[in-house]
Amino acid sequence: MTFSLPDLPYAHDALQPYMSKETLEYHHDKHHLAYVNNGNNLLKGTEWEGKSLEEIVKGSFGKNAGLFNNAGQHYNHLHFWKWMKPNGGGKIPGGLENAIVEAFGSVDKMKEDFVQAGVTQFGSGWSWLQVKDGKISVSKTPNGESPLVHGGKPILGCDVWEHSYYIDYRNRRPDYLKAFVDHLVNWEHVDEMYQAAMK
Amino acid sequence: MITRRQTLTLSLGAAAGIGLARFGVAPALAQAKPAIALPPLGYPNEALEPHIDATTMMIHHDRHHAAYVNALNGLVEKYPDLATKAPAQIMADPAQIPEAVRQAVRNNLGGHYNHSFFWELMTPGGAKAPGGDLRLAIDAAFGTLETLQDKVNAAGLSRFGSGWAWLVVGKDKKLDIMSTPNQDTPLETGAKPVLGVDVWEHAYYLKYQNKRADYLKGWWNVVNWDKAAENFAKAKG
Repeated sequence: MTFSLPDLPYAHDALQPYMSKETLEYHHDKHHLAYVNNGNNLLKGTEWEGKSLEEIVKGSFGKNAGLFNNAGQHYNHLHFWKWMKPNGGGKIPGGLENAIVEAFGSVDKMKEDFVQAGVTQFGSGWSWLQVKDGKISVSKTPNGESPLVHGGKPILGCDVWEHSYYIDYRNRRPDYLKAFVDHLVNWEHVDEMYQAAMK
Repeated sequence: MITRRQTLTLSLGAAAGIGLARFGVAPALAQAKPAIALPPLGYPNEALEPHIDATTMMIHHDRHHAAYVNALNGLVEKYPDLATKAPAQIMADPAQIPEAVRQAVRNNLGGHYNHSFFWELMTPGGAKAPGGDLRLAIDAAFGTLETLQDKVNAAGLSRFGSGWAWLVVGKDKKLDIMSTPNQDTPLETGAKPVLGVDVWEHAYYLKYQNKRADYLKGWWNVVNWDKAAENFAKAKG
């Protein structure tokens, strides 16, 4: 396959005031596009040409840094857009909520751990909710990595590269992460990925 | 503005003062001085306009660099060398840092060292082009200043994620170009920095957004080549 930039599933200004139109214009239209274009160029002539995105991400990790970085970020951003929605962060679908409470003790504790993972990811990277060994847990990864290359399946990720929040929050990464979990998360998409991961 | 922490310190100080006054002891004046201090920028925030904007400089110095310094002061108790050894000495051999605090020290002392170096390397004044020994060494190693600049820019552009691009004097005493991730320094490779440019997105995002190449191009206009020459002389030893 070749990579292509998907449209945002909402208008650029739909996530305001928690994520600005300007941020999404740069983040989606420029940064994600660059990963798509660079990824396509770097994919040409490699053994992964024609493979699925997940196969490319997993296969190129540790073997072809340039391709991995761009394919990894393409994968991460494809889902990142879907992991958010206007008026997000509300009720978590029942089955997923139960699994979260079982794993963390409470929804609030899960949110706290997820925010903490993002705050403590030094430099660029992501904080995650993943299914690993049949259970939900929190993790963090640098740069373009994701749970996919660490034996897990991502069900929610928050981009903590500075480009994701610098226009709106400057250096205040914790405020961005709190706004993300409280007001932006599309729990239906998280649930969908959770169901698929548990199969 | 009085922060919550200052208010707390002030009220604790006042309470202690009342208690001590009874025994004829002068109250402690203020909180103990932190072991590691944030160095001043050395010039106004707006001094590097239009290449680096005042807001970026203010947040970069007053918040990002300050955060590294604050974190370091929180580590001094566990690693007292932080208060006595030079940052460059510690960063030259991170393996000697106790494992329990090694990553935190690498990140925060690296951040402190790199940024202190960076502020001094930029200035509204100073030589606008390399001279003397540094110029000769650049010509010998790269042919032209433009080639050196292209190579530093390429190192900065190809640093995926956060980090720095450097012109260094390597262990072999030759000029070389390298990049480091996050707040790692060239020191642990035995190299000594002559020039360094921050390519964390916070260094340029408010003005240049995704255009890191334009930031790098603009940055050369604010380099203080006198400082670079001084770094070069020191690095050659």
